[in-house]
Amino acid sequence: MSNPDGRFGIHGGQYIPETLMNAVIELENAYNHYKNDPEFNRELTELFNEYAGRPSRLYYAEKMTKDLGGAKIYLKREDLNHTGAHKINNVLGQALLAKKMGKTRLIAETGAGQHGVATATAAALFGMECVVFMGEEDTIRQALNVYRMRLLGATVVPVKSGTATLKDAVSEAMREWTSRIADTHYCLGSVMGPHPFPTIVRDFQAVISKEIREQMLAKEGRLPDAVIACVGGGSNAIGSFYHFIGDEGVRLIGCEAAGRGIDTWETAATISTGKLGIFHGMKSYFCQDEYGQIAPVYSISAGLDYPGVGPEHAYLHDIGRAEYVPVTDEEAVQAFEYLAKTEGIIPAIESAHAVAYARKIAPTMGKDQIIVITISGRGDKDCAAIARYRGEDIHE
Amino acid sequence: MSNIAKAFADGKAFIPFITCGDPDLATTAATVRAAAAAGADLIELGIPFSDPTAEGPVIQEANVRALAGGVTTDKIFDLVRELRKDVTIPFAFMTYANVVFSYGAERFIKTCSEIGIDGLVLPDIPFEEREEFLPICRKYGVALVSLIAPTSEDRVAMIAKEAEGFIYLVSSLGVTGTRDSITTDLTGIVRRIRANTAVPVAVGFGISTPEQARAMAEVSDGAIVGSAIVKILAKYGTQAPEHVGEYVRSMKDALRTLA
Repeated sequence: MSNPDGRFGIHGGQYIPETLMNAVIELENAYNHYKNDPEFNRELTELFNEYAGRPSRLYYAEKMTKDLGGAKIYLKREDLNHTGAHKINNVLGQALLAKKMGKTRLIAETGAGQHGVATATAAALFGMECVVFMGEEDTIRQALNVYRMRLLGATVVPVKSGTATLKDAVSEAMREWTSRIADTHYCLGSVMGPHPFPTIVRDFQAVISKEIREQMLAKEGRLPDAVIACVGGGSNAIGSFYHFIGDEGVRLIGCEAAGRGIDTWETAATISTGKLGIFHGMKSYFCQDEYGQIAPVYSISAGLDYPGVGPEHAYLHDIGRAEYVPVTDEEAVQAFEYLAKTEGIIPAIESAHAVAYARKIAPTMGKDQIIVITISGRGDKDCAAIARYRGEDIHE
Repeated sequence: MSNIAKAFADGKAFIPFITCGDPDLATTAATVRAAAAAGADLIELGIPFSDPTAEGPVIQEANVRALAGGVTTDKIFDLVRELRKDVTIPFAFMTYANVVFSYGAERFIKTCSEIGIDGLVLPDIPFEEREEFLPICRKYGVALVSLIAPTSEDRVAMIAKEAEGFIYLVSSLGVTGTRDSITTDLTGIVRRIRANTAVPVAVGFGISTPEQARAMAEVSDGAIVGSAIVKILAKYGTQAPEHVGEYVRSMKDALRTLA
């Protein structure tokens, strides 16, 4: 989708302080230059293949398929990437771009810690300084990832403001960027924020759907009937959807974190419960009150615990091209346990939201139909929290 | 002459910022009256936002206190209606785009015009997004204030040419909050602004002392002070109005020494 003005329908835009405008313009110009540069693309492909371990597998989940008794299920194994999640795709792209722009310092926000770990990893690889902002609440939920980031040489700043979760980490990273721009690139972790971030992050994550398409055609000689991914900001989902947007026969399903349910206040299901607004640099859907105050959202998953959604998802929702469905904590935890026992794969609790929805719809589909679920990350980081959810007091 | 222009008509302007509802609306009303009596030329009334991304810790905490106290946009409109019975100096609202957008931009700006709000400062609406609110602001005669930053560089002329009300010149990189020193070459930026517009320029971010206010106003048309005043409110709570009045008087006196 071409969006030279940074818009996806009415969504997107650049709602940021003037102090940052030249920084995003510089970024856009650099990206437009390098995205078609053969040398840049050769370097990025080499990093993807040799460092991150791409292409990731498209695995036929035979036991799950038989157990559910309907559609044939494939898992796109982004959990097998280096650092354990899809986040590395975007980070390698942005870090390489930042290096070409002469930046020597990366800052990032993180929720579950996967994007922070990926950014710290790329910073170590490229010899760049790295500072990661993480909600204090999340530094407790994801203590292991905090240690991993420090081990990789990054400084982790716990953010105490607001709800001390992902949205506050984004706000704090934006504040930091306005105070130090010349040597610093803000390595935003999802398809959100001001233009050009939603486009840049999507393009780097689109490798997921490019591979699914090629792998599916090679294995099955046809396209899937549905692609399912979890949506917080929405980067693994847009990456999984992108090369199928033009294929009307492929259902695109984004699974939002409903937390304790979309009829409660403890939810992060933006498209189900939010309304149009302007926040964090973009126009999109946000969970908010009647006066536009951003809601203190909740999900068991730190990575989906965000009150907004990327502008391209908001647009795909508006035009009816993609469906967005809520999945509760309980459904996600059950899916987490199910995939571990059924396939021997422990998914990230974020990805478990997509698995949960696939469990609902696969039995309703024919055996000649195919579902692809993107397993956006691995679940090691979540084991202690899920044990606690189940009443077992395990500490990392 | 527009009401905002009056703020700059008699020497250098002193512009205090107050977060509405911190700690409660009665204190805000008393603080506004004290500041006006002490010589404030224009008052920026902050409508609190849950996630104020352009603010440093001091104003962030004021937003939290105000929202925790139950303040809403409608209650702040009522506050302004009440203040307008006796306070005549210009008022500008300072808030974030979503507060205006979610209320309904037309409904919000029309109300501003009806209750006597002269300008709107929205730090997350840069030049490129001004169409979101500018046509409505023009329709109702509310000035949409343009911000210019130390990083604006080649954008200064473009922004200045279209500016209305006054230009809010951000003194330094980063978020709001007091600073020991301000090192940006503001003289050069103001020169480029003045080559493109006659709209007055006030400098904000980082100013807390009379000396700083004087230095900033020396190269511009006025000084904006937020965090230093919010700190007084945080310290004295409901007893703050008198202290804010004294502070405003000392700042305005410093500016009176300039031509």
